Amino acid sequence: MTTSRLRDQLLALAVFILIWYLAAAWLQNPMLPGPDHVADKLLIEWQQDRLLPNLMITLQRVVISFVSAMFLGIILGVVMGRFSLCNRILDPLLVMLLNIPALVVIILLYIWFGLVEAAAVAAVIINKLPNVAVTLREGARMFDPELEEMAKAYHFSWQKRLRHIWWPQLFPYVMVATRSGLALIWKIVLVVELLGRSDGVGFQLHLAFQLFDVATILAYSFAFITVVQLIEWFVLQPLERYSSRWQKGASS
Amino acid sequence: MISWSIPGRSFNDKPVLGEISLSLAPGESHCLIGPSGFGKTTLLNILADLDVDGVKANWKSGKPHIGYLFQQPRLLPWRTLRENLLLVKDDLPAVDEMLEAVNLQGYGDYYPSRISLGMARRAALARCLLMEPDLVLMDEPLVSLDTPTAAQMRRLIKRLVCDHPTRCLIYVTHDLEEALQMGDRISVLGGKPAQLVFSARSGELSREILEHKLQEQFNSVA
Repeated sequence: MTTSRLRDQLLALAVFILIWYLAAAWLQNPMLPGPDHVADKLLIEWQQDRLLPNLMITLQRVVISFVSAMFLGIILGVVMGRFSLCNRILDPLLVMLLNIPALVVIILLYIWFGLVEAAAVAAVIINKLPNVAVTLREGARMFDPELEEMAKAYHFSWQKRLRHIWWPQLFPYVMVATRSGLALIWKIVLVVELLGRSDGVGFQLHLAFQLFDVATILAYSFAFITVVQLIEWFVLQPLERYSSRWQKGASS
Repeated sequence: MISWSIPGRSFNDKPVLGEISLSLAPGESHCLIGPSGFGKTTLLNILADLDVDGVKANWKSGKPHIGYLFQQPRLLPWRTLRENLLLVKDDLPAVDEMLEAVNLQGYGDYYPSRISLGMARRAALARCLLMEPDLVLMDEPLVSLDTPTAAQMRRLIKRLVCDHPTRCLIYVTHDLEEALQMGDRISVLGGKPAQLVFSARSGELSREILEHKLQEQFNSVA
């Protein structure tokens, strides 16, 4: 990230906090606590050893659901993109999954399998998988036929094709699915925790909701947004930069 | 001796290529010329086992080891030139030696997007030759190159392929001058479905004769 971009983002954040602070000070209402109050709450949750364990539990669910949904979605999407018969058979199912509300899937799985971890994670995977598959199906349809011919003419093994021809072409689509996936999955995980788990950020939000404790709700929300933003800055963006180094303008 | 025949090829029940057979003596370079749409690339694809419907050539004296230089370089844009070549032959000294042979020493770490079309074509030629082919197929390898770059590429092909004692070449082009320079023998592809309608050693041909033969095919299309 360039210095000027970082400066702009910090400035925007500072303006947002200032407006929030002024609005809270003007309203003087516990329904809109100020940023200082939320920061105090964050500190208390940390000191009472609730913030980090709950964050880690939610993060663990996000990671497991995300990796599973991406893995299955990539396979499903590529198969549907490359084989028209598979696409014809699976497309109606995919459209149906895309249109089932997330809440319905969560409730049904909790009813069928009980309030267990597997049902929680499966609900998140089922909600995310169709989006990944649709994105990757488009990626697989865009494979360059000239490179396929080249690979055939030069007798590339399928492992070589996978690593050097298919994966680099799929990668931009994987990144799109990753970005939208992270944003979607952690929101669904919170709902899953709120409805049927006894730990995690979602459960803490549930407790705070019972007490109309807006400061705690905002404290946990900001904590998790920070975690996701750190993943974006320190994992996704460097990965994307590394993978696009071959494009014109990137240094060799 | 490399001898082959193909059974003919149709697209949507419309015959494009007729039955064609050809023999190449060791080290022979054979140029194929003909109007656009007469199946020259289709013919090369059949020889390289790339035909979409799986039409295959019949190799009378065993299938040779084939190297295909496509019209576009078809290098992997996300791999450096050296990495592109290493995918064909996992032998770093051999790859660097080949890069040097095509005057690309010092460019091994460059990505294809950072080099010119002429350099990319040379890298593709290096990749093709790393296969150590008995038969090289070239599909208009000089198209879209400016005159000096085309001349440089032509010299390289002559040195690395045509002057090779045993390596055979099938070279497809539109350019008569190019055909006369590159081929020991030149054949004209024409008719519907396309066949080899004329064939002669390049030493026995002048540009005028070749132009006349090609013009006949253009007239038949018109």
